[in-house]
This record gives sequence, structure tokens and C-alpha cells, in this order.
Amino acid sequence: MSSRIYIAGAGIISAIGNNITENLSALETGRAGMGEMKYLHSAHREKIPVAEVKMDNTALAALSGLPAHYTRTALLSAIAAKEALTNAAIPGFAKLRSGFISANTVGGMDKTENFFSDFLSNPAKGKLRNVVHHECGAATEIVAGILGVKHHIATISTACSSSANAIFYGARLISQGMLDVVIAGGTDALTKFTLNGFNTLMILDNRYCQPFDENRRGLNLGEGAGYIVMVSEKIAQTLPSIPICTLNGYCNANDAYHQTASSPDGTGSYLAMKGALDKSGVKADEIDYINLHGTGTQNNDIAEGTAIKLLFERRYPPMSSTKSFTGHTLGASGGVEAVYSVLSIQYGLIYPNLRFETQMKELPFVPETVFKKGADIRNVLSNSFGFGGNCSSLLFSKV
Amino acid sequence: MYLRAAATISPPVSFEQILTADSSAQSIRLACAEPDYTKLIDPKMIRRMSRIVKMGVAAALQCLDEAGDKMPDAIIAGTAYGCLGDTEVFLQKMVENDEQLLTPTAFIQSTHNTVAAQIALLLKCHNYNNTFVQGGFSFENAITDALSLLKEGQVKTVLAGGIDEITDTSHAILKRFGLYKRAPFATENIFQTQTKGTIAGEGATFFVMQSGASGNDYAQLKGFDTFYKPVSSKEVEQHISAFLDRQNIKRSDIDLVISGENGDIKNDEVYETIYQSALRGITHMPFKHLCGEYPTASAFALWLAANIIKTGKLPSGLPSNKKPSTVLIYNHYRYTYHSLYFLNAC
Repeated sequence: MSSRIYIAGAGIISAIGNNITENLSALETGRAGMGEMKYLHSAHREKIPVAEVKMDNTALAALSGLPAHYTRTALLSAIAAKEALTNAAIPGFAKLRSGFISANTVGGMDKTENFFSDFLSNPAKGKLRNVVHHECGAATEIVAGILGVKHHIATISTACSSSANAIFYGARLISQGMLDVVIAGGTDALTKFTLNGFNTLMILDNRYCQPFDENRRGLNLGEGAGYIVMVSEKIAQTLPSIPICTLNGYCNANDAYHQTASSPDGTGSYLAMKGALDKSGVKADEIDYINLHGTGTQNNDIAEGTAIKLLFERRYPPMSSTKSFTGHTLGASGGVEAVYSVLSIQYGLIYPNLRFETQMKELPFVPETVFKKGADIRNVLSNSFGFGGNCSSLLFSKV
Repeated sequence: MYLRAAATISPPVSFEQILTADSSAQSIRLACAEPDYTKLIDPKMIRRMSRIVKMGVAAALQCLDEAGDKMPDAIIAGTAYGCLGDTEVFLQKMVENDEQLLTPTAFIQSTHNTVAAQIALLLKCHNYNNTFVQGGFSFENAITDALSLLKEGQVKTVLAGGIDEITDTSHAILKRFGLYKRAPFATENIFQTQTKGTIAGEGATFFVMQSGASGNDYAQLKGFDTFYKPVSSKEVEQHISAFLDRQNIKRSDIDLVISGENGDIKNDEVYETIYQSALRGITHMPFKHLCGEYPTASAFALWLAANIIKTGKLPSGLPSNKKPSTVLIYNHYRYTYHSLYFLNAC
């Protein structure tokens, strides 16, 4: 890459905690975020476990400083993005050319689906304030306002790879000198729309998910938001201490196989990981940890695993799916997992893949099952693959 | 950056139709003139595609065909609303059936990246693929991404476009927000109504963009910029003047301005202001009486500008003492999202 992109801060809210400290504590103690639905009102409440953020909208509103009638998508986004920016503590932020690049898959659907039941009974009914923030871009606009970002705002929606694409689009704008600082990542709230959508595809696990296990049954949906703050080399020099982590490589590729399913040989996954390695100049055997996409579906895990088998040939780095903690946070997952990847480098962490029991018969490796601290982690690969064949990988490195 | 090819599926049937006659529909909503898709897309695929997917994929394929390019290095779409039709179908069944007995088809096609994904699938294209969904910047984000990829150098050709549809439901809801005029009127008179509200529109427009000239391009995109939530029309003037200064463009260099008036009295004020100040004395034309108002309408404006430059022809009613070779586009969507494009002949 022409110039280094430093990670100056991170922020997160997920089913395992409302900030970085809480998330780290849950990861260390092996406490998963799944459970019976409490905040989402769905007919599937008792049948399908989900990984909810453990607060209702009133509490989220108080924490975010936004009105409680705003979409949960926007509330989650505001909380994590604010933590990231506070945490980055960039001197003179208001004077810099800044960007907020966020991702999500269903925008304000959590409110729209309630509006819709009234609207269907009578087109003059349904509160307009419940549909005014329906568009995916609305949450980004709201949160950009809170952050004081005006130079560039963008929202990306490429299904489950959305946030990863947001992050490296932002990195590119910094490296080309268009922006100084970018807050990038994504957000998604649980909705009946997505829950029922994934349910019709028959890829939801009615127990807690077991990514990369021979007997995996499917995924658990989650919700949350995760953002990182990226700065140029010049801005990094103005920080109290120069960040130790950089975004060193990235790649977006398309599987071009099927609208929802991954190709059996994981073409898209392979191209994305390979592209990120090539871009960074880091060799496959220099990767110290892979944060897997690892949804827990039959299809994803075999495709991703096959691609890893091909790319890493015999020297398999430690790897795990943190979706075994957070569930699959869809449009937010690339952001949530980018935060975990940055923390992995910062503190030398390898996260366990919870509930792993049996090795997949097609794969010559198994995921990590024990939390490790103080390891020398120099390069982390983070995978995000989605519907529409959209596959993206990010590569974070220690300076 | 060069516009190698351009194709649209929009309310006007063709550029020729725009040149020869004013579309004088009596309407409150402009719908796309949809082509015979069987001539453009494999009939087996069409059956499974919703309306917006067909429009987007057909415009993209037409565009690639014109460019003689089967495998772009990147595919980038911008859409504010995404696939509304399928979203509504799934939502309605979910509500009516109380979350029981649902089928996945509509859900699968409801994701915002469906159009870009379907293009990749049809072309078997494993290259860069992205979808932007930032309201009135959705298309501008796609252009920013395209320019950035071309600047980086590894990517030589980008297929980029803007797609948005109106459905009966979205129209009914947006009408309740007071966005549209209520009674049908002659669309050619939209700028004379002196009332609030605009006319709903839609479209699917794609471009093949290249960093180098091909020798047969529509136009060169010399300048592009966006600005967000200006506090006053003074700030808008400053942005436009600074944009022209940065590109070293004198007002006398601009043959035509294409601007985003939409017939809403409040919305259009800023255009009147700039035509009295920053862009005084330049020939200008609106475009939203042709395509209607929608978040990615600027893609249609870019298509129109590209065609005007390529053919050297102006729509009837405009002074045509000189063949237009430079066009400035200024558009804003709900005064939040503002964009500027400057094109010249190759």
C-alpha cells in the first residue's frame, strides 16, 4: 500500500457487551451472548435463539443520546461509533477532513415492520416517524451528525460483507489523500424480517451455533455495531502515541456462483483472502490468527474451510469464529470482527471458537478452543462473506 | 476519466425521444419505459428476477455490450431504496401469515446488493463488487469508489450505475410525507406550478468508465465533487465557484448546465439563486421533468449530459448556436445531498 493506514481507535456493542471492556471480558471468560429473545417480538421466540444486545431501546437511547423512537440500527451505530471516536482522541478532529462510512443490511426495518402491519390494514395508517428512517443511509446520516462528520458520508450494503467493504473503501480514500480520518464499520439490529428470511432459508440453528464443527446445524442471528477509526500517517504522528495496528491489506472478490450459496470450493473466499495477502505483501505463513467468517452453516464453513486449506497448505494459523459469541451480526459483522482483530494485535489475543466438538471430516485443521493472551500476534486476517457472492477479507498488521 | 459507454432504462424511451418531443404525460408519477427483456437477458434468468433487478441488469448488459466489454474489472451499484418490490412482498406475507409458511424467494432478492450480484453472476465475474446505499449520494458514492479504483491503477474498466424504483407502496408512503404533487398535471409544466411537491420518478442507469481514452468515448468526466448539508445558498455558491476554480474552468467555458429543479417551489429556490450568481448567463436546462425525482436521478443527468456531448445535439427549445462540448451538472436531493459533474468532449 502506498501509505500506512493506522487504526487509532475502536468501538463496539454486541450481545456480549456494550463497549470494548465488556466484550473483552466476555471473550476471556467464554460467555456467549445467545439466549431466548427478549427485546425482539417474534412468533419464533421460544424456538430460535438469538444474540441480542442486552438493552431495550430506551436504555440504548439514553446511552447514545438519541431519541428512543429512532431505529435500533441507528442507536447501536451511535453507541459504537462514539466509543471509537472518543477512544481515538484525535487532536483537532473538527478541523480535519473526516468521513463516516457505515454499513448495514436492513436499515430501519426494525421500525418499518411495525409500521407495515398498520399500513396494510389501511394505507392512511401507521406512524410516519416509524418509516422515516427506513433507508439504509438514514442511520449513517444520523450518526454522522452526532460525530460531527461532514466531508464524506457513505453507506455500503453488500449483505454480510458490508462492513469490511466500508472499512477498506475508507482506507482507500485516506491513502489517496481525500480524507484525513475515517470512522468505518457497520451496524445491524435484529428484525423479524431478517429472522424470518433466514428461517425460510433453513439455515438457522435452533440451538447455540457450532461454527466449523462436523455436526454444525446453522447460524444464530445477532445484532450490534462495530467501528474502527483510521487515520493517515500524518495524523497518526499528532496522536499522543502512534497506534501499533495498521490496515495492511484488503480485497473484495465475487464468488459469482449463486445468489445465496457459496461455491463448494470457496472461490470467492479464496480470492478475497489471497487478494488481501497480495495487497499487503504478507505471506500466508506470516498470518498469526484468522478471524473466520464461520457462520456455522453447512455451506459457509465448508467453502471457507476449503479455501483456507488451499491457501495455507499445511501451515494452518490459529483460527476461530467469534460468531460463536456474538451470533451473526450481518451487516455489522465485518465491523465487530475488525474490532476483535485490532484488539487481537493490540493485546496478543486469540479467541476461542465456543462449543467446538468434532473436526470437520473434509478439513485437516480445527479451530482454537482456548482463550490465549500475550501471544505475539503480528498479522490477522478477518473474513466476511455474504449473499450475492460478495466476499471480502481485511488484513491487520502490527507496525 | 472517460465515459466509454452509457445506458439507461428510464421514463423517456430514448435520447432521440428527448430531442424531438417533450414528454407531455399527464401524471403524478413517471414510470420507466421498460424494454423487451428477452432480447437482453437469458429468459431462464428473467423469470426469477423482480422488476428492479431486471431494469438494473438490462441497463448494465446494454452498457457493457456498447462498450464491447464482457468482463469489467469492477461492478459498483448505487441504490437508495434497494429492492423495494421484494422487500414489500416478504414483509406483507410475514405480517399477514403471522410469520408462518413463508418462502425464501422474495427475501433472497430483497437484499440491496442483488442487482450488482446478479450482474456478476450472469457475467461469471469474480472481480470487485460493491453496492452503496447512501440516499441521494448512493450514485455519487459509486462514482467516488469508481474514480478511486481507477486512480489506484490495477482496475482499468469499471461498470458503475444508479438504480431506484417506485412501487405502489413506496409511492403511497412517500406521498404521505408530502413529497409529491397531488393532482395529475402536464409534466412539461412542472416548473411553472409554483406549488410544493415534485413528481416521483425512477430509473436504472449504468456507465462503463475507464482511466484512459478509448477513441470512441461519450465524454471525459473532468471534474466531480459532492457536498453535504450546506447551511445556506451562499455556501452552495461557494462550493460551485471553488469547484470551477479547482478545475480551472471559466464560466465562459461552460456550454450548458443541467440542473436538478424538481418543481417543488422550496427545492428549486437554490437553482434560481445560482443562476443569478455563480452560474449567471449560462444556458441551462432542467432534467427531472423527464425522469422524475428520485435519489439516484443524477445518474440520469450524467447519461443525458454524456449523450448531449457525444451527439452535439440539444433538446428542442434551447439556443443552439454552438455545438455543446462542455456540460456542468449541479443536482441536489432534498437539499442534503449535492453533487457537481463537469464533462467535456473528447
